[in-house]
Amino acid sequence: MIGRLVLVVAVLTIGGPALAQDKSIVVASTTSTQDSGLFGHLLPRFKARTGIDAKVVALGTGQALDTGRRGDADVVFVHARSEEEKFVAGGFGVKRYPVMYNDLVLIGPRSDPGRVGKSKDIVEALRVLKARTLPFISRGDRSGTHLAELKLWKEAGIEPAAGKGGWYKSIGQGMGAALNTASAAEAYVLADRGTWLSFRNKGDLAILVQGDKRLFNQYGVILVNPVKHPHVKKAQGQQFIDWLISPEGQGAIAGYKIDGQPLFFPNADDPNA
Amino acid sequence: MIRFEELTATAGAVTLLDRLSLTIAAGPPTVVIGPNGAGKTTLLRIAMGLLQPTSGRIVRAGDPRRAIVFQRPTMLRRTTAANVRYASFGADRTRELLALVGLEHAADRAARRLSSGEQQRLALARALAREPAILFLDEPTASLDPASTKAMEDVIRTVSQRGIKVVMSTHDLGEARRLAGEVVLLHRGRLVEAAAAACFFDAPGTAEARKFIAGELLV
Amino acid sequence: MPENLSALDLVLTGDPALFAIVRLALIVSLSAVLLAALVGVPLGAAIALSSFRGRDAVIVFLNAMMGLPPVVIGLMVYLALSRSGPLGSWGLLFTPQAMVIAQTILVTPIIAALARQTIEDLWLEYRDELTAMEVGPLRRLATLVWDARFSLITALLAGFGRAAAEVGAVIIVGGNIEGFTRTMTTAIALETSKGNLPLAIGLGLVLIAIVLAVNALAWALRRAAERLAG
Repeated sequence: MIGRLVLVVAVLTIGGPALAQDKSIVVASTTSTQDSGLFGHLLPRFKARTGIDAKVVALGTGQALDTGRRGDADVVFVHARSEEEKFVAGGFGVKRYPVMYNDLVLIGPRSDPGRVGKSKDIVEALRVLKARTLPFISRGDRSGTHLAELKLWKEAGIEPAAGKGGWYKSIGQGMGAALNTASAAEAYVLADRGTWLSFRNKGDLAILVQGDKRLFNQYGVILVNPVKHPHVKKAQGQQFIDWLISPEGQGAIAGYKIDGQPLFFPNADDPNA
Repeated sequence: MIRFEELTATAGAVTLLDRLSLTIAAGPPTVVIGPNGAGKTTLLRIAMGLLQPTSGRIVRAGDPRRAIVFQRPTMLRRTTAANVRYASFGADRTRELLALVGLEHAADRAARRLSSGEQQRLALARALAREPAILFLDEPTASLDPASTKAMEDVIRTVSQRGIKVVMSTHDLGEARRLAGEVVLLHRGRLVEAAAAACFFDAPGTAEARKFIAGELLV
Repeated sequence: MPENLSALDLVLTGDPALFAIVRLALIVSLSAVLLAALVGVPLGAAIALSSFRGRDAVIVFLNAMMGLPPVVIGLMVYLALSRSGPLGSWGLLFTPQAMVIAQTILVTPIIAALARQTIEDLWLEYRDELTAMEVGPLRRLATLVWDARFSLITALLAGFGRAAAEVGAVIIVGGNIEGFTRTMTTAIALETSKGNLPLAIGLGLVLIAIVLAVNALAWALRRAAERLAG
């Protein structure tokens, strides 16, 4: 009995203050960034340079920003520019730095019943899906990818949520789950290239539309405002941001490849990104 | 030692004891007999203090320490010795009591794995560990084979000789003859006869007692 | 964790990342079960031995709490531990301690409810004897808990099973941070979302093996101890 108590006390105490003294920050980021394997590539390099452990909590963009807003993360690293700007304007973040972009691709069954794979025009492709009520899986989780998808439907002049006949399914889950669902249902789905390339349950799915400028997906990084949340690790968080936009960090991003293909394209030097 | 005055106990519409008055004095064992449902167990439980009578009075002169062995005693999920030690009042007499009931050899065995005869004797040792002045035994040999019955009766005799007042119930007339100093016959919750054992068996004072001795008083 | 390896390879090669995940999962769930036992067993015993107005309501409440979705508890603990929540100053969100807290809350009702049932059953058996021995309320409680200890192991195992199997609470309050708060179940959820189904299933098998081993150990312990104490 005493041994058990000691164990419990040990877990509750050793874990606590000891770890809190470590050099570490919490980064709220997106599932697509984690699932693509990018963090597995970046974080060891960042730690080797600075000695700081970046603990990544992977969420949808909306939830990641919310985590920052509540003060539960030191840094947010997401991809939804308008939301990020709102976050900074609301006083929750210090400053938004563009870091890199990746691109979204339209995935669908190799047989492509809608023949949307012939053109590069993503908006046209969505119109065809709607017209022929071909099954489409939406993440529906307020993630950056989901927000980008909604923007594209808007451009196509379509209100997909009103879609009758159940061709449009919103699953409220992450990128991987959406791909798993699409694979099982032989449906179309909008995915980020990184997650797609590292996804291992492709089944009969293939990339059908890619390269449209409207599919580019910009990532930004923001330090959570220490004025609003005094416990934020300001110096270490800023070190993370500075490293990401430094030549070394940008080089590391460009150097991450799957099957020889780069997934993310650094563009911290583009002031309009 | 204990006097019952006009005890009545009911459970719902059933009358368990009906205006029973009786005095139990120090001395050789008092054996309560009677057919099933006569009220023997109820009387012992009220005497022990586990049940409250519906009406009537119990007078315990000097509030003597009491202990009871139930008809189906429950062994604690511990060893034989631990069962006795658990009940101990004052000094630990576990070894002595286990020797008394002939269970020294089983001291470290799980009590629940003892035979029913051994469990009954262990329950007796446990009750004695309470250092009682009065010991109630509810049908202590009802489920035992002849050898176990003999062993149990021997211990009861020893206990009684050491000055502990034994009050026990039985439906076994032979046992009553062997152990009783005084016999109390109950029938349907009423006291039929209370007399010295010799008197009771040689010259029963009531028709019911004669029928019971003849084995004809069944319910 | 290298992703082109099968789970079996990871086990056979003693992959340190897998080892760390298993270790954390065990520490978190076992700590939660022990804390929950310290609260739940006395609570269950107290309810078993007492009678008060609303006792039935308390029992129904406890039994219902056994089925509370982990994600709901996770969310409540998240809101409490968040920097913007009432306990934010503790700084425990996204730590193993937060996971222990959430699982303790998850498991306590199970242990309390099962302990209540076990101890009430034993009390029915013991009531006459303990009353005749004039055992007071506190010693009565201690006696019943001690004598029911082998049956209570079953309650602890049920609690451990629920803790080890749940993902909803730990993923919310722990954040599934690699090398820090990633456990068996959150790793399985992650590998599934990456479409790495073979690895996810492999990890699931490892989890089943561990739960099986813990149960076998507890059962052997119970058997051995029962032989001694009945």
